[in-house]
Amino acid sequence: MSPADAATPILRSGHLLGIEGLSVGEIAALLDLAEEYVALCRAKEKKSPLLKGRTVVNLFFEPSTRTQSSFELAGKRLGADVMNMSVRTSSVIKGETLIDTASTLNAMRPDILIVRHQDSGAAAMLARKLSCCVVNAGDGAHEHPTQALLDALTIRRRRRSFEGLTVAICGDVAHSRVARSNMLLLGKMGARVRLVAPTTLLPVQVDRFGVEVFHDMREGLRGADIVMMLRLQMERMTGAFIPSTREYFRYWGLDREKLAYAKPGALVMHPGPMNRGVEIDSAVADDIEVSLIHEQVEMGVAIRMAVLDALSRGLAAGGRNT
Amino acid sequence: MSTRRTVFCNARLVDPAGGLDAKGGLLVENGKIADIGPRLFGDVDRNDPEVIDCKGLVLAPGLIDMRVFTGEPGSEHRETLESASRAAVAGGVTTIIVMPNTDPVIDEPSLVDFIRRRAEATARVRVLPMAALTRHLAGEVMTEMGLLKDAGAVAFTDGDRTIANTRVLRRALSYAANFGALVVGHAEDPSLTNGTAVNEGEYAMRLGLPAVPAAAEVMVVERDIRLVELTGARYHFGQISCRASLEAVAAAKRRGLPITCGVAAHHLALNELDVGPYYTFMKVKPPLRSETDRAAMVAGVVSGVIDVIVSSHDPQAADTKRQPFTQAAFGAVGLETLLPVALGLCHAGSTDLLQVLKAVTAAPASILGLDTGVLAKGAPADLVLIDPDVPFVVDPEKLHSRARNTPFEGRKFQGHAVKTFVGGECVYDRAAEGRK
Repeated sequence: MSPADAATPILRSGHLLGIEGLSVGEIAALLDLAEEYVALCRAKEKKSPLLKGRTVVNLFFEPSTRTQSSFELAGKRLGADVMNMSVRTSSVIKGETLIDTASTLNAMRPDILIVRHQDSGAAAMLARKLSCCVVNAGDGAHEHPTQALLDALTIRRRRRSFEGLTVAICGDVAHSRVARSNMLLLGKMGARVRLVAPTTLLPVQVDRFGVEVFHDMREGLRGADIVMMLRLQMERMTGAFIPSTREYFRYWGLDREKLAYAKPGALVMHPGPMNRGVEIDSAVADDIEVSLIHEQVEMGVAIRMAVLDALSRGLAAGGRNT
Repeated sequence: MSTRRTVFCNARLVDPAGGLDAKGGLLVENGKIADIGPRLFGDVDRNDPEVIDCKGLVLAPGLIDMRVFTGEPGSEHRETLESASRAAVAGGVTTIIVMPNTDPVIDEPSLVDFIRRRAEATARVRVLPMAALTRHLAGEVMTEMGLLKDAGAVAFTDGDRTIANTRVLRRALSYAANFGALVVGHAEDPSLTNGTAVNEGEYAMRLGLPAVPAAAEVMVVERDIRLVELTGARYHFGQISCRASLEAVAAAKRRGLPITCGVAAHHLALNELDVGPYYTFMKVKPPLRSETDRAAMVAGVVSGVIDVIVSSHDPQAADTKRQPFTQAAFGAVGLETLLPVALGLCHAGSTDLLQVLKAVTAAPASILGLDTGVLAKGAPADLVLIDPDVPFVVDPEKLHSRARNTPFEGRKFQGHAVKTFVGGECVYDRAAEGRK
């Protein structure tokens, strides 16, 4: 990458809070930039000095292995100092409010704060109150923009264009921030989005998103190019939203028989971690011919590097806190 | 009570109880209205110290707010009776009905007495307590309604809690009827509502917030109407917020049932989209509804199916509102914006001054059996002088309440109280405040 490239602004906002606020151009530019980082991550020398001297803080109020380590690696590969802070080691359990915790961190002058929180709107609230860049790494049932971006990158590398592509998002849409961000992103990029789930796992008026809704898995998968499975939060779901996991697997779990209804050569995605035998059968999940699950993880690091890069372009040379 | 004589001349007298809207004057003696009439004091000396020249502004009965939460006793950092009363007079409100949702809960005659004494000692307005309908607001055991009523409770309610157990409510309503006591209900089905933060719909889905459908309110409204039919109790819905509830109440009234209902000012002026980007000051109970519902609430006031407009004043400390939306406290302050919102219905052409003021004066007085809320000889001189047209912008820093959680920050209104009188005594003068 030349220095001239690095100066080109990509994002209008100083934060990444959701897909909702992004334009098609911004999304495409982020994906293009991420392609460069895919190449970098595959090289022997995986590091760039782009964020040298910058501080990135991972503030995670919900346990997460995948997303947190992906952001950590992304920050480190760009040369930033990365600090991880999880709820178990913070003073939130002592009754400190989210704002207080974040303000305390803010006083340590991080350049970029990556936040995951169980409540919708938490990242947006911090962005309003703090002076650093805020990246939403998942807020409640609202959005998880980097997941949708990495899914888009994965799809684009296999299918070139989103136009005319049919993507079936299957499972617990109601509680899923991944589904919301993906619906928004795929819709913006011109893909046809279908939702496949029992009505108890669909939000009310979800059709207002401009998606097609199916309750029968076979109907929903018919002719789909991409099948995107969502994780079922079993501890919360069973008995309340669905009667049992075995019934769920029978009607909405992805196995070879149901996948056969999709377009020949259809690809399967899952944001992880998977519940094998609940929403997805191991035979499908482990089939390298159809499953993109490991590729999604790889693209995750590249996308997050691209996001950190893009946000850092908005930072003043001396940092935002000056 | 004032022993002074005060003369109001050159006023636009608006008395919803008597249907009067005319130029004239009014005489106050010993805290009561001694005379009132269209031609009264037409030629009085306007420089006389006991004469107040109203300069053609509206002179109306002081407002009666049927739904006010304070923090006294128990959480005085949110609001005391004194601080609520300062907000009240600035909003032209001369009587506040306070809810029993305090700590301790007002479910004992001695506590009703405490509120009354405390108010007498500290508050600038009349403060009338409602007592709990069930002990500790637990929805299980009914309170001593006879003793509480004798102690001064004007009605019985569990405030913002719905009694889930239908049998408990049936018996409480049935027992209340022995004393002719008014029961005030809150309609939100608890099992559908618990854990939710906003109205169910497209916007809630986009925000990813836990949401409750309007049906959760309607089904309780319909249940309670059946129980009123069964028991004959006098029943008032503290606030309704959706079209279907309005239709149910209208049908019940047509059947001649002793049912009345209120609406919160914010449900007349705001809808679910005002939640915007997780603005926690918009988090109220019941939640802000769809635009269709908001318009129905306005229509309900115009048609008279909705009897009263309340502020549903619920002060919250900054720390409980500065939280992620789902964790933030419910409630909005409203004593100072009640009159401006009500006047807004006139400015929008929905209705006239007489009708809109009725919903905050004569109607609550009649439901509660009060002698205020009217411009008549012998009535207490609780009065408000209103400039109905003056434009202003809501500035939270200028509110008199101890809390700042107004959903109307930056909102433009027309019309507010200029002077407020309780028992003939001037308790608020906006001009004097400006000079301070």
